[in-house]
Amino acid sequence: MSHNSQHVTIQQATFDVARETTLLLAGNRAVGAVVTFIGLVRDVNEGAAINGLYLEHYPGMAEKEIGRIIEEARQRWGLEAVRVTHRVGNLKPLDPIVFVGVASQHRADAFRACEFIMDYLKIRAPFWKKEQGKKESGELNSKWLDARQSDREKQAAWE
Amino acid sequence: MIYILFFAKYREQLGLAKLELQPASVQSIAELVESLKQVYGDRVSFLNDRNLLISVNQEIATSQTAVRSGDEVAFLPPVTGG
Repeated sequence: MSHNSQHVTIQQATFDVARETTLLLAGNRAVGAVVTFIGLVRDVNEGAAINGLYLEHYPGMAEKEIGRIIEEARQRWGLEAVRVTHRVGNLKPLDPIVFVGVASQHRADAFRACEFIMDYLKIRAPFWKKEQGKKESGELNSKWLDARQSDREKQAAWE
Repeated sequence: MIYILFFAKYREQLGLAKLELQPASVQSIAELVESLKQVYGDRVSFLNDRNLLISVNQEIATSQTAVRSGDEVAFLPPVTGG
């Protein structure tokens, strides 16, 4: 992979997918395939409406862990560039949370690496979501989301 | 000094985001955990969580990992990013 072709950004501000994709491809002439993933805040979880989502993270470790995951993807597939942007702080339903962009010479590598990076991020990257909902009474309540067994299984399937 | 960080629901349960501990008394994560249980009791009941994650200097660790002065240790609930 060419020099400086891996970017991990954690930020409170929203991101623009077109801009992230442009940055992913900047200065890279060997790209034949680009795959991007965007994760959004859902507006319903298990039947209950979501008012908002608060995302906490471990500054320093979050960037490093995502960097390690990208490195693992590079060992497995031929990649020209990878860009991951993850938001933290207070988000609203349908807000974008995370962008994963992978550029490669061939589409098979790009598709697989993008999925791999998301599957590993879901179970390794130190972020925690606190969902803010509203009870029928109108009262606000918030709870930390539990990790999902399905995410663990999906990651394990790569090993 | 060993620096210990707590995140998300663990921080809320303990009521502290971080602690500092003298290293002389502790050589491994397992010993650190015992020490915390002795001092904080029920407030750190999450240290028994099967799915607890531990990090030392921002890398995933285990209860066998050594700790020394200057290390940053964190106790992390199962993650839910992405």
